[in-house]
Amino acid sequence: MKYVDEFRDPHKAKLLISEIQRLLDQIERAKQRPLQLMEVCGGHTHTIFRYGIEKMLPEALELVHGPGCPVCVLPIGRVDDCVALAEHPHVIFTTFGDAMRVPGSKKSLLQAKAGGADVRMVYSPLDALQLARTNPAKEVIFFGLGFETTMPSTALTILQAKREGITNFSLFCNHITIIPTVKAILDSPDLRLDGFLGPGHVSMVIGNKPYEFIARHYHKPIVVAGFEPLDILQSIWMILKQIQQGRCEVENQYQRIVPEQGNSQALSAVSEVFELREFFEWRGLGSIDHSGVRIRQAYRDYDAEKKFSVPNLKIADPKSCQCGEVLKGVIKPLQCKVFGTTCTPETPLGALMVSSEGACAAYYRYGRIESMPESAPEPAPDPQPADEAVI
Amino acid sequence: MCLGIPGKIVEITSVENKLAKVDVSGIKREVNLACIVNDEHPVESCIGDWVLVHVGFAMSRIDEEEAAKTLALLSELGEAQQELEAMQLDSSA
Ligand code: SF4
Repeated sequence: MKYVDEFRDPHKAKLLISEIQRLLDQIERAKQRPLQLMEVCGGHTHTIFRYGIEKMLPEALELVHGPGCPVCVLPIGRVDDCVALAEHPHVIFTTFGDAMRVPGSKKSLLQAKAGGADVRMVYSPLDALQLARTNPAKEVIFFGLGFETTMPSTALTILQAKREGITNFSLFCNHITIIPTVKAILDSPDLRLDGFLGPGHVSMVIGNKPYEFIARHYHKPIVVAGFEPLDILQSIWMILKQIQQGRCEVENQYQRIVPEQGNSQALSAVSEVFELREFFEWRGLGSIDHSGVRIRQAYRDYDAEKKFSVPNLKIADPKSCQCGEVLKGVIKPLQCKVFGTTCTPETPLGALMVSSEGACAAYYRYGRIESMPESAPEPAPDPQPADEAVI
Repeated sequence: MCLGIPGKIVEITSVENKLAKVDVSGIKREVNLACIVNDEHPVESCIGDWVLVHVGFAMSRIDEEEAAKTLALLSELGEAQQELEAMQLDSSA
């Protein structure tokens, strides 16, 4: 428990860990195999690694790092689309910094920028709109990505653009929705999760109700959790308490931020501008029905997919890449054949290695050294070159 | 991208467009208030409120004590620094 002392309240953390142990001792199932809890959100993955929470937990408990890092689940083809849009003459392509280094089949946005494309990192879609105001001769495209947390911001930006009559601004919409994704995970046959840590900031927008099916139909407990280490420990304790008492409910540990009903202003902006797509392609998870949104007809003038032609090619992940299995929790990042050899944060092969919210990057930064057996040398890499992406 | 950071609303810059300046650890930046205002809590009444700021939008009101704790934790981790740098990104180049 070497990290515990870094906690704001180490005493409380130690108490929670011993309570977690005590509950585990009372859960029969945990004696046969470790209980598996999935944190859906990349923000949680980040905290878990940053504080070494995994290593403090008893062995009878395993955390599975879910698909909740929007950059990590971006398929290669979509990155290629971004590059193609960015390379249009007269286009200023704007994006959050996280997406710059995600590899496409030929290049990343960062490489496109080095090659002369006008790609700019922005903090907010509002900054992209500002660029459109100040560069009337250019077309400014904002790369919209993220779950329900960031959806209201792009929706409101489009509404603002329309109010002002700005015509040289559009959104390349790659927003994804959390519920169908969790459902797809629950339906996947090779999975055996015992409970979920619910995403805190997504829930701040959508509220707690949408998770009820997880408890009701799949009989799994879910606790919406905050992002501090104590939040996470407390949420784990709440899930175990449910399991121990034979309950399956949606509980909210993050009440200080997450209102029961979500944020109605945010939700109405989202439903004004966006509608569900029939399906959306995820890296590693394949196509998931209704898991993405697109811009409604009424706002088509702000839809980059309507304004420009995008190649929209489906490109398979490199063969050596095991991002999908890691995303579903079937293997740990360290078990991927290319982890730390051909795939590193400097030269990422999969997107999980790019974002600080990605499980592989987090393992690489915080988890790897301690997870390696101390005396044994690093396992030799398979003599297998990184496969080229196949179209 | 999904973390967010607490800030204090110090000035309303546009009532019509629901824009305000927030102060995040001494750095001022314009944010949109659309998600946290309604008839009971109009834009003009937001000065002094602490909010969680996400990619340029105030997404939730938080109490001051909570905000202070979160900021302290984020800065210990160096995460506040990253978020503040992102806020000041100059995209004009
Ligand atoms: S190590 Fe690289 S290729 Fe393997 S799962 Fe992680 S990101 Fe994907």
